[in-house]
Amino acid sequence: MEPITADPFELDTALSPVVNPQRSRARHVGPSHRRRERLGLISKYAVVIVTSVIAVFPILYIVSASLNPNGSLVSSNGLFSSIDLGNYIELFSNPTQPYGAWFANTIIIGLVAALGTVFLGALAAYAFSRMRFSGRRLGLTTILLVQLFPQLLGVVAIFLLMTSIGDIFPAIGLDSQLGLILVYLGGALGVNTYLMYGFFNTVPASIDEAAKLDGAGHARIFFTIILRLSAPILAVVGLLSFIGTASEFVVASVVLTDPAKQTLAVGLYQFVSQETSANWPVFAAGAVLAALPVVFLFFLLQKYIVGGLTAGAVK
Amino acid sequence: MTAPTTEAPSAPMPPSSKGTPRRPLPSAPALLVKIACLGVLDALVLYAAFVLALDEQWLIVAAVLLAAAAINWVYLRRGMLSAKYLVPGTVFLVVFQLYIVVYSGYIAFTNYGDGHMGDKDDAISVLIEKSLSRVPDSPAYDMVVLERFAELSFLVTETDGTAMVGSDGKPLEPAEGAKFEGGRAVGLDGYETLDFSQMLAQQSQIAAMSVPLSEDLDEGALRTPDGAKAYVYSASMKYDEATDTFIDVETGAVYSDEGTGAFVSEDGVELMPGWKIDVGFDNFVAAFTEESIRGPLLQVIVWTFVFAGFTVAATFAVGVFLATVLNDPRLRFRRTFRVLVILPYAFPAFLSALIWSGMLNSQFGFINQVLLGGADVPWLTNPLLAKVSILLVNVWLGYAYMFLVATGALQSIPEEYVEAARMDGAGAWTIFRRVKLPLLMVTMAPLLIAAFAFNFNNFNVIYMLTEGGPQDISTDMNVGATDILITLVYKVAFGETSGRDYGLASAFSIIIFLLVAAISIVGFRRTKALEELN
Repeated sequence: MEPITADPFELDTALSPVVNPQRSRARHVGPSHRRRERLGLISKYAVVIVTSVIAVFPILYIVSASLNPNGSLVSSNGLFSSIDLGNYIELFSNPTQPYGAWFANTIIIGLVAALGTVFLGALAAYAFSRMRFSGRRLGLTTILLVQLFPQLLGVVAIFLLMTSIGDIFPAIGLDSQLGLILVYLGGALGVNTYLMYGFFNTVPASIDEAAKLDGAGHARIFFTIILRLSAPILAVVGLLSFIGTASEFVVASVVLTDPAKQTLAVGLYQFVSQETSANWPVFAAGAVLAALPVVFLFFLLQKYIVGGLTAGAVK
Repeated sequence: MTAPTTEAPSAPMPPSSKGTPRRPLPSAPALLVKIACLGVLDALVLYAAFVLALDEQWLIVAAVLLAAAAINWVYLRRGMLSAKYLVPGTVFLVVFQLYIVVYSGYIAFTNYGDGHMGDKDDAISVLIEKSLSRVPDSPAYDMVVLERFAELSFLVTETDGTAMVGSDGKPLEPAEGAKFEGGRAVGLDGYETLDFSQMLAQQSQIAAMSVPLSEDLDEGALRTPDGAKAYVYSASMKYDEATDTFIDVETGAVYSDEGTGAFVSEDGVELMPGWKIDVGFDNFVAAFTEESIRGPLLQVIVWTFVFAGFTVAATFAVGVFLATVLNDPRLRFRRTFRVLVILPYAFPAFLSALIWSGMLNSQFGFINQVLLGGADVPWLTNPLLAKVSILLVNVWLGYAYMFLVATGALQSIPEEYVEAARMDGAGAWTIFRRVKLPLLMVTMAPLLIAAFAFNFNNFNVIYMLTEGGPQDISTDMNVGATDILITLVYKVAFGETSGRDYGLASAFSIIIFLLVAAISIVGFRRTKALEELN
């Protein structure tokens, strides 16, 4: 089991010059075949170009809308007709839509939840990967089965639980960001644990043995060897968890009620759904800023993510 | 690449009680960290237990203390290494995941929701409070509002000129040593008399106060609309403890507790609020038998399956097709194209959905205004078109994921297989259909099941695009043409237009859980069979 595959694109470009059936076959065929192959290639270009345009267009559109100074949905239709940063300034200066606070909240909640998820998951994955104990299989199965009931299904129960916790401990109850993070950490042992478990299994046990002979304890092996050798998977789990948390709407909208405490997903949704047309350009600016870090991180870690996706969902 | 969970390499066994050569003692800093963490935890737990004890939540106090004791025991004794690593995540898993599952199950069997929030005693006091009305022709008393220790009281001048004091729920008693001004009591030792602006600031508390005339609540209570005059109010609903019934004094109607979580009269009129009771399978029965729920619910279930099924099939088809096309080494700029093509996956989905909802806006959106030259196509407001739009947008959102996975899977197919098929005279389509697709399916079938389960609960796309609308006006329920089960749960539980019904919403959650679980289990069984075949 190889949870992190090499970047498939790399693999492909490395292999293609060696094995290229189309080209080698082309030598033995007549002109009509060659023309058909040409047509095939042209239609492939057409497919790829059309898809690229469809894929990119909405994103170009929102970037253009965010730079358009005439504030409405209709005027956003003139793509890049005029360019102005007014919407971005408006975004941070209007107290009725505390975008700066939403952004900071999302980053903080996302980061803490991601770090917590990685840490809790790695601890459990280490136990499952390196130790044999009764209940190990049961534990692994339970983690898998629990995934069938994602937290958003239990949103009513979460709301009621947080309400009653809030009556006694307001610091972690309803309308508390710490409380929301705790709820998210309830999902820490899940697919992520499986991802890390699979990766830890690929770290040769002989390394642990050697360290143990040198007098390292289990904690030292975990923190200085396993975690360090598994840095890529930790990054992937952290990023996937961060993206998941940052786009989570249902639980966040129910737990956080004070506008200044909300996250981007909840805040931006409410902002744009209140008055779609008038708020559109400012929303566009908010959307662009919110998406930038995610898109950037995605492409930075892309090759790990792709491997993680396949491995994670398989189990 | 995608074999099922393989066994771990024969990992070092944890030191067993016997035969361990030597176990390194923990270093001093590690020990300090451990003790500090446990200390902080124990301090928090003791504080929590103390607060809970003040609130008399004895069961929870016991649970918290027991859990804390168990955690200390695990970390302070030697051995039980695996538990040391599993406990932190498990604590969160138990409280915010397993407990949530169980609690959802419990709520599904109650009538919890608007009108059934509290227990019976709360309901009784609210009902009495609600039925208070001014006694006709009763005298108006001069009064002022007093404050002491942040508690408000009424200082009332009786018709015979004596002063009485009382507060919310505390009956009037003679006020000794009240100060009078023009025959009207205006102050009392130890109390502060509120002036007009102070009363304004606490207007709502003052308006909500009712001060009983005497110990006998049936005599009525004083309330004030303005803080200067008090009037006698009496309850038109009287609660009879002996028979556990409410009697409407004016009409003589009797409301009794028939076990439905509310007081009901003989002709079926319910007094609201009621209280929370267990209703057994009523929510589930109602979901599938009550006409007003069954119709919309069945429609929503069918649409949920169509939505998830079509999304998976279409994204898979588009993704595999694109992967095949982009796999052709003759194409130039493949890297650039790949980056462009996976952009929809890198962009946060909830934002994309909101952007599409703007672009599909029928009056001002880009699609109608620019691409269709000012057409008025109701992309998101016509029931059928809204469904089509949602499917198309969701394909846009999801194909890149399938493309990424399919690219990896296609490239892991050994070239010899393809070459061998070609030698046998197979065309491109046959090679794809007979060689590549079956091999792809081995890798991707589990992903397709996971994608199905994910889309089954894909709340964000639906809610951000249409909020489940357009509204279905043929039913009282707050349900629209594009609602899937999970958005229906959200609307039933937290919707603003219709009452909140936590019980019914949780019942829907349980139904989703059962459907997804059944599909996943059957699906994974079959893919396992598929894997063994190959």
